[in-house]
Amino acid sequence: MASGVKPRVKVPKKATAGEAITIKTLISHKMESGQRKDDDGNAIPRSIINRFTCDFNGENVVDVKMEPAISTNPYFEFEALVPEAGEFKFTWYDDDGSVYEETKSIAIG
Amino acid sequence: MEFTRRNAIAMGAGALLVAGLPLRASAATSDEAIAAFTGGAEVGTGDIKLTAPEIAENGNTVPIEVSSGSATEIMVLALGNPTPAVATFKFGKLAASRAASTRIRLAGTQDLVAIAKLEDGSFVQASSTVKVTIGGCGG
Repeated sequence: MASGVKPRVKVPKKATAGEAITIKTLISHKMESGQRKDDDGNAIPRSIINRFTCDFNGENVVDVKMEPAISTNPYFEFEALVPEAGEFKFTWYDDDGSVYEETKSIAIG
Repeated sequence: MEFTRRNAIAMGAGALLVAGLPLRASAATSDEAIAAFTGGAEVGTGDIKLTAPEIAENGNTVPIEVSSGSATEIMVLALGNPTPAVATFKFGKLAASRAASTRIRLAGTQDLVAIAKLEDGSFVQASSTVKVTIGGCGG
């Protein structure tokens, strides 16, 4: 499990039914690209988050396949439709098998 | 070793080969990646927009945005990076707009390409050239 990995998500607390909201997600992760070399000249192996998904009440909003070219501390901003009150679930999948999750509820009003 | 003319030519040829290889490899894998994504279909221009800065001060974190009206999937490639693939965005039914922003690493000045698979099954692409002052691949 990569250490010190912390997800941070910004979702409005409420929206009107059917509104499009902006979601910002950030996760602290080194995203070791596999290109860097250590002091001995050996390549530091790749260790990145390779996939990010966002679901709302079980339905997929966005699914991103990530490559080493995504910067350290991957940031994504996108828009989601809010048909009803519910819960957003954000999942990040690490190369080493770890899965990081964050959920945010949103109300209609 | 003695620096004879024979050695010089051999070194020159070797250097050319080494210089040529990475360039060809990068082009090959980005073509392969595009072919895998489109299944060999023709890629036109149209409903896809790629927003990237003209000059990136820091190649480690370059903000980009892709947006489209009707794309189901958008693939972004950085043609000059050691591995061209950057990200592939798949939009579900609840995606309000087929748009996403993120920050990427660019090794040096290069072209960025965004290819979108539209709802009707066609493919469109947009590209943008980004000048990078300090490369972002740990080099």
